Amino acid sequence: MKRVALAVALAALATVPLWVPGTFYVNIASQILLYAIFALGINVLAGYAGLVSLGHAGLFGIAAYTGAKILTGGSGHLTGVAAALAVTVLAAAVFAVLALRGTGLGFVMITVALGQIVWGVAYRWISLTNGDNGISVTTRPSPLGLSLAAPRSFYWATCGVFLLALLSMAVFVRSPFGAAVRGTRDQPRRMNALGYHVWMIRFVAFLFSGLWTGVAGLLYLYYNQFVSPQAVALTASAEALLMVISGGTGTLLGPVVGAGLVVLIKNVASAYIERWNFVLGATFVVIVVFMPEGLVPGLARLARRAGARWRPPAVAVPAPPGGAGR
Amino acid sequence: MSALAVRGLDKSFGGLRVTSSVSLAVEPGERRLIIGPNGAGKTTLFNLITGELRPDRGAITLFGDDITRVPGRRRAHLGMARTYQIITLFPRDTLLRNVTLSLLGLARLRWNPLVRLDGQTALIGRARDVLARVGLGHLAERPLAQTSYGERRRVEIAMALAQDPRVLLLDEPFAGLSLEERRDVLALVTGIPREVTIVMIEHDMDVALDFAERITVLHFGEVVVEGTRAEVVAHPRTREIYLGE
Repeated sequence: MKRVALAVALAALATVPLWVPGTFYVNIASQILLYAIFALGINVLAGYAGLVSLGHAGLFGIAAYTGAKILTGGSGHLTGVAAALAVTVLAAAVFAVLALRGTGLGFVMITVALGQIVWGVAYRWISLTNGDNGISVTTRPSPLGLSLAAPRSFYWATCGVFLLALLSMAVFVRSPFGAAVRGTRDQPRRMNALGYHVWMIRFVAFLFSGLWTGVAGLLYLYYNQFVSPQAVALTASAEALLMVISGGTGTLLGPVVGAGLVVLIKNVASAYIERWNFVLGATFVVIVVFMPEGLVPGLARLARRAGARWRPPAVAVPAPPGGAGR
Repeated sequence: MSALAVRGLDKSFGGLRVTSSVSLAVEPGERRLIIGPNGAGKTTLFNLITGELRPDRGAITLFGDDITRVPGRRRAHLGMARTYQIITLFPRDTLLRNVTLSLLGLARLRWNPLVRLDGQTALIGRARDVLARVGLGHLAERPLAQTSYGERRRVEIAMALAQDPRVLLLDEPFAGLSLEERRDVLALVTGIPREVTIVMIEHDMDVALDFAERITVLHFGEVVVEGTRAEVVAHPRTREIYLGE
């Protein structure tokens, strides 16, 4: 049953460009998947490690800007991607060393500050980042000779990277290290007494989170072929975190569903309603009120309840003799 | 050589001296009871011994090795395990997962991000054995949140026993238990082999008195009396502090 569902979902995902109406929606699907990767990266910290970061747009932006700088400097895509990811993971290490001095609110505030520093650099250090005007990248890569210039091929490439991200999360969550990360979320003091290096576990989780955030940042750069301070702003961090929270923190599919929700409302609702931000806000309020645990766990709970109501009794009750005649 | 020795341990929180030149030596295989009224500094002493707190002065040795500056997590690897007075377990997980996490803490496998934890049959089998040892084998698959307080107390002990410690520190293992449950836990603790040195804090003297060979009485962070069960019970200071006479 589970395998059938998985196969159907994979088939649906792989054939999106063949059944959605028009390029506009193919591009939306690409956006959903790239933001889903971003949200999956944040979920490693916010969901499994219990560390809420509001500075991840900084890492997302560092990847995009580094990629853009290297590509506009004349280097190839392979160099650009490898260097951008290396720089992002390094930046994540610096973020982690500073932010992991605290947990809870302290951690949130330090990540906000770090994210704002990156935003400040993007906005003000004009000789490096071109300030408000941003940086344009003229080409998309052609891995194995396949050009990603068209929306369809770009979607398929993004989809492949997304599936890789999802797979890495599934493996991580079920692994001993994943159990250790969740242990440091639930009971850090006990974990330390049991012999775990709580700080190091959180640090490694931060790097893992930073790596996928960097991948998402690069996809963003290639998707838009442009990056500006808007990508690094605090609102971008908050939006990505809301994707995780609305979909369900600490679940595999929650961040994906959350990314779909936010990207759809932003792009589709904004075509009909000028104040689409209102729609987004109202949606979050409804989710928080009715499914505080997020859409995925919330819907699972409703499905279970409905299932319990409609399932026939486990033991068939024999009809009393003669009872049917009445 | 003592299994666990503490020399001249001091700890202050601001102006409050919670541990004041405490010295004690526990021999291998010994059962030591630490008693004292509320606020005597018993749990603080445990936190100093396990490295959750840093002492202001003094030294701690484990089987002759100075561990004063060794971080708490390393002390687990050196054979020190503890239980908590306030239950400190993983409420979302099953009993089996709780004990598995304890075993994993000492295994290199804990850093592995690629294999499935559920597939580590040897590790999980050992966790099952430990649960059976504390009489909870039949509840292995039950989430901790759905167990009784008495059962959780036994999971606390199972977590510590799983690590095969040389020195076991029990912080009020009878707290909040019914008379019947106390008897079960006492039988469990009494059944621990002599290779394990046990130091137990207990607030209630009646339960634990039979268990210990030597007793240390703490009062306002100081060791007031130390000796055999008979000596301590007969000592006028004990009666004065503890029995309120």
